[in-house]
Amino acid sequence: MGILELENVSLVLNNQAILDGITLDIWEGHIHAVVGPNGAGKTTLAAVIMGLKGYEHFGGEIRFDGQSLRGMSVSDRAKAGITMGWQEPARFEGLTVRQFLNASSRNGKDSEIEEAMAQVGLRPEVYLSRAVDRTLSGGERKKVELASILVMKPRLLLLDEPDSGIDVASLENIFNALKQLKRNGATVLLITHSNAVLRQAEHAFLMCCGRQIMKGDIEKILPYFEGECIPCDHKNRPLVETEVPGL
Amino acid sequence: MKNAEILVQAAGIDDALQDSETAHLVLDVNKVVQSHLVPGLRIETSEEKGGIRAEIRVEDGANIVKRVHLCFGVTQPEAIQRIILNIQIGSEAGIDVLAHCVFPQAVDIEHIMDAEITVGEGSRYSYLESHVHSDDGGLKVLPKARITLGERSRFKTEFQLVRGRVGYMDIDYEAICGEESVLEMLSKISGREDDYIKIREVAFLQGKGARGYLTSRVAVRDRARAEVYNKLVATAAGARGHVDCKEIIKDQGVASAVPVVEVRHPQAHITHEAAIGSVDNKQLETLMSRGLDEDSASDLIIAGLLA
Repeated sequence: MGILELENVSLVLNNQAILDGITLDIWEGHIHAVVGPNGAGKTTLAAVIMGLKGYEHFGGEIRFDGQSLRGMSVSDRAKAGITMGWQEPARFEGLTVRQFLNASSRNGKDSEIEEAMAQVGLRPEVYLSRAVDRTLSGGERKKVELASILVMKPRLLLLDEPDSGIDVASLENIFNALKQLKRNGATVLLITHSNAVLRQAEHAFLMCCGRQIMKGDIEKILPYFEGECIPCDHKNRPLVETEVPGL
Repeated sequence: MKNAEILVQAAGIDDALQDSETAHLVLDVNKVVQSHLVPGLRIETSEEKGGIRAEIRVEDGANIVKRVHLCFGVTQPEAIQRIILNIQIGSEAGIDVLAHCVFPQAVDIEHIMDAEITVGEGSRYSYLESHVHSDDGGLKVLPKARITLGERSRFKTEFQLVRGRVGYMDIDYEAICGEESVLEMLSKISGREDDYIKIREVAFLQGKGARGYLTSRVAVRDRARAEVYNKLVATAAGARGHVDCKEIIKDQGVASAVPVVEVRHPQAHITHEAAIGSVDNKQLETLMSRGLDEDSASDLIIAGLLA
């Protein structure tokens, strides 16, 4: 049994099926990836698991550690150990990096906060007193967000497009942080359409048009994703029944 | 404990006032209870019926290096404090003022300030007004200032309530800005229960190349109300300005914002932005996804906005 189980999960928004019968088993302590083209429903899947506003009323069942997540608030899910990193992290006017990381930390120790910052390539002496607002670039905010996740020490991390807005040199910091999370025993679910990010995972699920069309280790998913899905002509259109190898 | 000590302690400036190079003036209601001057700065006070008049002068060319502390407080629960301020900053001079308005026991207090401020050519004047109120909300704060900025001068004012309830507050500032002068006005206020906040900030960018920035950050919760009126008028070539008002409401709080920009010269340019609403959902969910409950997350976001 995985730490997170999705059983026939569906979501309809504005009379359109955004998720359609997703069944996943996320193994504890592993790095997983949900991969697929734009519009596949990957980010929506993360929003449903996190319980974000507008995504609470799903069909099917989601269980974390065997307990149903239905009806649980975002805070309660976080207290149970689930957290999320956004593709475009929020800006907080006036809130310093230190305050933001303190709010995320379970014990607020300076040493842990500084260590987390170093792991994502942020120098504490430069960034701790800066505001998490528009004076930080998208890439810097992404690193601050990842540092906040490291100090939180989640059991399950949903990470949406971790390479978005990140330069090549900093990407290695992000990948090292993922490895650190795994070493700490966390389970990671990456949401991505990038091959480089997909390669950080051990297992992958391929989605298209709200459906799960393939699952397995990345050696199996990667060639199919590279060969058949990119470029994809299914964006925002109902999936036409096709025979998919390995399904 | 003497009234001066009570006010100084409530303002948290005991240490600063021990420094002989730091000028200060402490008023309890309408009486001077403590003062200290430094070279280049003159302060003359006179008691008037129902108030006190203070003339503050910074001599031409004087740069007051250490921040000057003005402590305008009331130690008793009921009083009317009326301060008539005349501030003249000479040319090529500079002063930074930290005004502590301290009303820790307020039950029924009126704090009225009428200020005329003139900043000379090439001079700098910054005025941070920091309020400490009681939790009763029994306070009326009515600051009014008329400001004239000379050529190349810089004027910066910031208003913040650091502790207690607003009560009733009506800020009314108006400025005329000369050539190449820079004006910045920033107000950060949080209201709760039945607090009422009214902010009127107006600036006329009359000099060539004058710049003006009006910024308001207001949060209202419970049944508190806020009305913000910011107006920038540009009448000269190269005048630039921006009005930025952000208000967050919770519970039954009500907020309104009226940003007015008026341009009367083809080479002037003014922009504005105003946003009123509840706490941003993405900010809220980010903090909640780290384990904060909704109220704590919302409080932290508002604290950041008002920091």
